[in-house]
Amino acid sequence: MGVSVNEAVSTDPVRDHPPPARRRGGRGRSALEVALLTVLAIVMLFPVLWMIETSIKENRDVYAIPAKFFNFQFTMDHFKDVFVGAGGGRSALSVSFLNSVVVAGVSTVLATVLGVPAAWAYSRFAVKAKKDQLFFILSTRFMPPVVVVIPIFLMYRQVGLIDTELGLILIYAAFNLPFTIWMMKGFVDEVPAEYEDAAMLDGYTRLQAFRRFTLPLLVPGIAATAVFALIFSWNEFVFAIFLTSSDDVRTAPPAIAGLIGGTTVDWGLVAASSVVFALPVLVFAYLVRKHLVAGVTLGAVRR
Amino acid sequence: MGTVAVQGLCKSFGKVQALDGVTLDVPDGSFFVVLGPSGAGKTTTLRAIAGLEKLDAGSVRLDGRDATADTPAARDLAMVFQSYALYPRHTVYENIASPLRARRRSSSEIAAAVERMASLLHIERLLQRRPAQLSGGEMQRVALARALVRSPRAFLMDEPLTNLDLKLRVEMRTELTRIHRSLGATFVYVTNDQVEALSMADQVAVLKDGKVQQVGTPTEVYERPANQWVAGFVGSPPISLLACHAEGDRLVGAEGWTLPRPGWTTAQDGRPLLLGLRAEDLSVERRGDASLSGELYGLEPLGDRTVVDVRVGTKILKVKARPTVTGTPGEPLLVTVDLDRAHLFDAGTGVSLSGAGR
Ligand SMILES: Nc1ncnc2c1ncn2[C@@H]1O[C@H](COP(=O)(O)OP(=O)(O)OP(=O)(O)O)[C@@H](O)[C@H]1O
Ligand SMILES: [Mg+2]
Repeated sequence: MGVSVNEAVSTDPVRDHPPPARRRGGRGRSALEVALLTVLAIVMLFPVLWMIETSIKENRDVYAIPAKFFNFQFTMDHFKDVFVGAGGGRSALSVSFLNSVVVAGVSTVLATVLGVPAAWAYSRFAVKAKKDQLFFILSTRFMPPVVVVIPIFLMYRQVGLIDTELGLILIYAAFNLPFTIWMMKGFVDEVPAEYEDAAMLDGYTRLQAFRRFTLPLLVPGIAATAVFALIFSWNEFVFAIFLTSSDDVRTAPPAIAGLIGGTTVDWGLVAASSVVFALPVLVFAYLVRKHLVAGVTLGAVRR
Repeated sequence: MGTVAVQGLCKSFGKVQALDGVTLDVPDGSFFVVLGPSGAGKTTTLRAIAGLEKLDAGSVRLDGRDATADTPAARDLAMVFQSYALYPRHTVYENIASPLRARRRSSSEIAAAVERMASLLHIERLLQRRPAQLSGGEMQRVALARALVRSPRAFLMDEPLTNLDLKLRVEMRTELTRIHRSLGATFVYVTNDQVEALSMADQVAVLKDGKVQQVGTPTEVYERPANQWVAGFVGSPPISLLACHAEGDRLVGAEGWTLPRPGWTTAQDGRPLLLGLRAEDLSVERRGDASLSGELYGLEPLGDRTVVDVRVGTKILKVKARPTVTGTPGEPLLVTVDLDRAHLFDAGTGVSLSGAGR
């Protein structure tokens, strides 16, 4: 899963859960701790900083030797190039960003809409061989996706899903579904089944009881799970590059990768599109960071 | 109408046999108490009646009609859950209103009904709070209100008073009995508190390990316990049990004492027996011919009375006495036994041998 999420999770303790006393307000940190953390932060953040810098440098300064850290010529041209094509219309990159939004969004919605009820069913009902089924569902995630890319490619060619957004949406949803079921089952397990029992005695059907009384309590869990699924779909590269080829279907990761490898590489454009690519995930993870922490500490991990 | 009849309920959770052939017959309009210790299967019984538990065997009949396959909503029952199960996101008002909302009543009708419940259970001030902002006793009253707001076929109550303080519990006991009388509705009431059972019930079913031990009126269960276990569970202080056997016209105790053999027993000579003596049927003050000698072991003053522990051989007898009784441990005592009110059980099976004549 995306490194950015883990950072968002670990660097931002939530107020509701007071952190261990030793961490209180940062004042209790020893000098050694601070030094180590600083070094770690520099090492980890340098590539990110460099990417951001390159994206706002004039091309001359990008190639300058020695590298210019501070006194470079500022420009937003690279960002303009990400969205506006050479002729003045929409650029190919902007199309692929849009594709990424559609593919990641729809596949996440699909995985969530299918996964949440499935998780509820696994949590609430006496399903035959429940453990085996859950293990089987998880086992589909044991192997790296790249292992199945050739068979999927051949299957997709048969059914005409090659080079379509629908093809990507389906495969991402399929990969996210097991994860969604597992993570959501943890959340559903946390909600006492007796709310639904009480609702059924009140006169609601089982499904109404779920929708009216359990589902609202699952919203934080659904948000956290959806963010993980979204990030997976947004970042996915291998399937995207194998299963799509035309510019108007391609998602952003292969499109950005495609910028590198010509006779000349426009590093400014590469950096700017990478920044644009990374931003939504960071913003999203930041917005739901509270739920992410809750999700990681409460839901999936407990059982 | 509101009769509830369950027949041969069986339910196991893995290796635990929670219900093992439970058969109960709850007459219309009765206050029916299911009494048993923790883990006896009381909650499981209620959940089975409510349709929340998939049964291994057995049937549930409501108003004479087989309802075993009905959904909980179709059974038209209301339940107070042991854990309250109040909806955490809803206000107290909405919690109480929920059964009416589910049945699409008009909001004016709902408002009136909720107001009525709130004043009945003294929770008017709490209506806009959420369950997390309530004390245990307040939650319990809200749970009661949510059940009572409707007029279902029967009310199922799972230990609804256990979390109240003693004063409130006694108050609510009276209140619930009054509500029951005024509604004329059927109550199936689960408790592990025998005082509650004896004081509120029309009928008591004593449950242990998923099996019904005895069904009867509170008096029957107290005066004629079907077996040694019921005798020990019902009654406070607990009944004293002494090993003995019958020999001609005498009962000979394992501790060496003898008592005249009561005329009512059907026990055969020589068979190992247990003599059950309740504290109020023993006396350290009266004098009679049926008596046991022992020594004072301790005094438990309880305000209105004192329980005297008397050691007979290796056994401690609990004897009810007047609060003024005094004595020093070790001093010899004569305990007079009211043999007409004593109980005899088969020491092997625990079954009562008191005979039908009492
Ligand atoms: N969902 C469950 N899964 C596994 N075992 C269960 C479940 N529900 C009940 N049991 C077991 O079944 C037995 C009866 O449980 P039940 O809840 O009916 O007892 P109870 O009489 O209501 O006890 P208490 O007075 O403590 O509430 C217990 O041994 C309990 O551990
Ligand atoms: Mg219980």
